Amino acid sequence: MLKVKGLTKIFGGLRAVDNATLEVAPGQIVSLIGPNGAGKTTLFASIAGFYKIDEGEVELLGQNILGLPVHEIARRGMVRTFQITQPFAKLTVLENIAVGAFQQFASMTEAHAHARLIAEKVGMTGMLDQPASELTVAGRKRLELARALATGPKLLLLDEVMAGLNPQEIIEIIALIRSIRDSGVTILLIEHVMHAVMSLSEYIYVLSYGKIIAQGKPQEVVTNREVIEAYLGRGAADQMGEKEQGEAHA
Amino acid sequence: MNLNRSPWALHALLLLAAMVFPFVSNSAFVINFGVLALFYAFIGQSWNIAGGFAGQLSFGHVAFFGVGAYASTIVQMRFGFNPWWGLPAAALAGAAAGFLIGVMSFRAGLKGSYFALITLAFAEVFRIIANSVEITGGGLGMLIPMKQTAANFQFGDRRVFYFIILALTVISVAIALWLKASRFGARLAAIRENEDSASALGINIFVEKIKIMAISGAIAGAGGCFFAQYFLYIDPTIVFGVDKSVEMLLVSMIGGAGTVYGPLIGAILLAVVSEVTRSMFSFQGLSLVLYGTLLVIIIAFLPNGLIELFKRKKLKDGDQLSVTSSTKAGEA
Repeated sequence: MLKVKGLTKIFGGLRAVDNATLEVAPGQIVSLIGPNGAGKTTLFASIAGFYKIDEGEVELLGQNILGLPVHEIARRGMVRTFQITQPFAKLTVLENIAVGAFQQFASMTEAHAHARLIAEKVGMTGMLDQPASELTVAGRKRLELARALATGPKLLLLDEVMAGLNPQEIIEIIALIRSIRDSGVTILLIEHVMHAVMSLSEYIYVLSYGKIIAQGKPQEVVTNREVIEAYLGRGAADQMGEKEQGEAHA
Repeated sequence: MNLNRSPWALHALLLLAAMVFPFVSNSAFVINFGVLALFYAFIGQSWNIAGGFAGQLSFGHVAFFGVGAYASTIVQMRFGFNPWWGLPAAALAGAAAGFLIGVMSFRAGLKGSYFALITLAFAEVFRIIANSVEITGGGLGMLIPMKQTAANFQFGDRRVFYFIILALTVISVAIALWLKASRFGARLAAIRENEDSASALGINIFVEKIKIMAISGAIAGAGGCFFAQYFLYIDPTIVFGVDKSVEMLLVSMIGGAGTVYGPLIGAILLAVVSEVTRSMFSFQGLSLVLYGTLLVIIIAFLPNGLIELFKRKKLKDGDQLSVTSSTKAGEA
């Protein structure tokens, strides 16, 4: 579905993303995790065409999409959401979602009907006539997801759709993401909520200081020494390593 | 929202009122007032379609207006075409100007206030060009010889002009209504609200913005043609002057930018203010002073324009409606 090879993005003297290689197979849920400032969002934006990258290749559905404008990439089926939500503030929830739906339908009636369907799926039916500016954080996150979903994507790039949600809302959105995948949409997500990442992902890439330092199935990744070091520091990694060794001895 | 409940009845009523208006009194003053109001509404709608619907705030919309006025006048005076050809020529020239200015500004990535400033600059450039080349008659302008026949697009009976500008205004309102109810319009609203999100959802913002600039330019261009035929004289300062840009923008903002009938409301107010001040004071330009004052008041109390006054009442009805429906849902 998506192949990224050696992607590098430099801002001035900073290699925000450094030689990142990753692959997402059709029908998978793949996560991209990493400490704050690791370059996850930059990597997303680069893949989706928002940044001109310095090196590397990006392939979507076997086609090179490097240098294509953002809207063209979106039309080919890869749609991103924004970590800092970017709603069409003065438009209603329905109109917001319909903007996405218009990618699939030319008529207003059809687009609105589809938008209602999507709203029901993401649990926004009660808010259809509210202006997007009046939504809570959770509402805006859902709206980001709904709008992207309404375009009929093949691959969704979800950038921290769970940040700022309460535990109950997280449970709901995990179920929602699963159901989206089950409907045939491949998902690549950035997330900090670890239990969500663990329960959702089939494969995880870990980014730290712009480099992919680890990858694998969820269980492999969380026991990886480098990952622990990146998140918790070397001391913690040493301690945990000793503990594991101790356990192994006993 | 609730304006849409019986939209066609509202449109029909407004159209009927506009058609009856010139028969209320045949005094030159009344007819002239009607023509003026509709003319402002028409060119205001041109600004509104780009500025209100698509968020492309232009300070130099007069560029399209002036190009239209000159295109129509040049076509008949220099090339000897029938003056009626001036109208499509003006619309076409306006569209071409909108397209060109759009391509150049948007290619350079100009947005918001930068776009506003560059359009202002374009209008000035056009004014200077019109002032210095021969085909436009330079600073002397062009005087269209008076020959009041229908074939000549000139009418002794000013009511005919009234109905022509009414027809043009109806077309512009129809375009606005179409924008409210179409994919193109929805995309423009998305672009107005957030360009990054719009392109992330697959909208080609460059192309959509150019399209709307061309449409808006065509309307303003047609307005220029009407102006030339009505007053039979144009010169660079009149048809490329900043004041007309300001009028287009004010009419739309005061009435309610981004709404279908906003420019109409703003235009009637501008016409009233300018006629009243003109008949009461001999002081030139006082109408715009007064109008500016009104603008300040309206921005302070009705930031979304006068149309708010009509909507607020209806919104209250809507609130009650949703309350009753939710209580019903609660009971069930």
